[in-house]
Amino acid sequence: MSNIPADLKYTKSHEWVRTLSNGNVEVGITDHAQGALGDLVFVDVPEAGKALKVGDAFAVVESVKAASDVYAPIAGSVIEGNAALGDQPELINSEPYGAGWIARFKLDGALPGLLSAAEYQAHLEAEG
Amino acid sequence: MGRRTPLYDLHVELGARMVDFGGWDMPVNYGSQIEEHHAVRRDAGIFDVSHMCVIDARGSRVREFLSKLVANDVARLTTSGKALYSCMLNEQGGVIDDLIIYYIDEIFFRIVVNAGTRDKDLAWMRQVAAPFGVELTERTDLGMLAVQGPNARAKVAELLPTQHRDVALALEVFAGRQLGDWFVARTGYTGEDGFEIMLPALAAEPVWRALNAKGVKSAGLGARDTLRLEAAMNLYGNDMDETQNPLESGLAWTVSFDNPARDFIGRKALESLKASGPKKKFVALVLEDRGVLRGHQKVVTPAGDGEITSGTFSPSMEKSIALARVPRDTGAQVQVDVRGKLLNARVVKAPFVRKGQVLVK
Repeated sequence: MSNIPADLKYTKSHEWVRTLSNGNVEVGITDHAQGALGDLVFVDVPEAGKALKVGDAFAVVESVKAASDVYAPIAGSVIEGNAALGDQPELINSEPYGAGWIARFKLDGALPGLLSAAEYQAHLEAEG
Repeated sequence: MGRRTPLYDLHVELGARMVDFGGWDMPVNYGSQIEEHHAVRRDAGIFDVSHMCVIDARGSRVREFLSKLVANDVARLTTSGKALYSCMLNEQGGVIDDLIIYYIDEIFFRIVVNAGTRDKDLAWMRQVAAPFGVELTERTDLGMLAVQGPNARAKVAELLPTQHRDVALALEVFAGRQLGDWFVARTGYTGEDGFEIMLPALAAEPVWRALNAKGVKSAGLGARDTLRLEAAMNLYGNDMDETQNPLESGLAWTVSFDNPARDFIGRKALESLKASGPKKKFVALVLEDRGVLRGHQKVVTPAGDGEITSGTFSPSMEKSIALARVPRDTGAQVQVDVRGKLLNARVVKAPFVRKGQVLVK
């Protein structure tokens, strides 16, 4: 069973969102997503300053099997991409909700409606 | 639900991630694909290849049938147990499938074809076989395991009865032999030494468990793909298909024109292609920039565009590698359109990796 921390928000496209104490948000992909992708070998993280709308592809994660876009769960601008993923893309496999975060954003407006942990769990079950 | 091999329940029990592969539910990995890859390069791993189709061809004219059916020449098979890799072509020279033929005796050859092409292969082979009175029997009663890696043969030998052990270890490269219930062949698809074993379906699971107990790591189709690509071995459906010929798929070495009297299917088409000169060539690429090469990406060269046929991240080299079909006059440097960015790649001599050694500088 995949790990779904209760304190985070989620999207149906398997991103997670953490609100930081300064009001910015941190985004990554879920444990379920990293498990489905398999061993990560390359991550194209976004550059600071990039402005995004909800649903824009902002990063690419590539596993041994396939490439996959990561979609912005929020509207905002990139503060920083996780530079550590350049040398250690496998952090997304080992710590998807921690050291494997992909980018931090300054929100443009309020946090949009996202899934709770329970709702994301239900979404995974529905996806089978 | 797809078709299942005799090892399906075991894969699930071992925690495999199951995927559809050519209509079969197969394990893609049991955890880390990269660890499975390294286990095969450095020690030993075991793959379920029971989805592949074993066909026994019997009849007094079976050799004649095969000389017509395939582009390589079965006249090369003179010692019992010896194997031959070949393509089976259509009249246009397109590849219907690639296969391995084992010579057992003058009235019995064993053929192994791909899982995803099983039905069309059998239909084609039956049509070609009919005038020769050759009988083709699908061996659905057999399971097939590939045990690969520098320590693979020794680990398998430990499971064999003493009277078969030395015989198995003495098998030449690309040769097989029936040893009791098992047909053991020194073949594989990884660039490492090892055995492929065809055995009664019910025996597959206990043998798998016994090899696991000896430290042989379960490995899935994911690792099988990165291993074969490092070894620059073609995958049917990616690197060649019915619209491509072997001469432009890196498989010219498997086509034998030596005997002018041998009228194999596709020969005329290949001869006229040879006469006019193939327009494409098949090359191995290493990506110099950061990223991952994948099948169907466009290769950009001053001589024109080409296409990646298979691409991946090489766990042994920690770089991305690929096979590609490019214009004949392509030089040593190319660019690849990777998700809208042109990245630099270098043409290298295949294979990339063999017997644990990275061969590309």
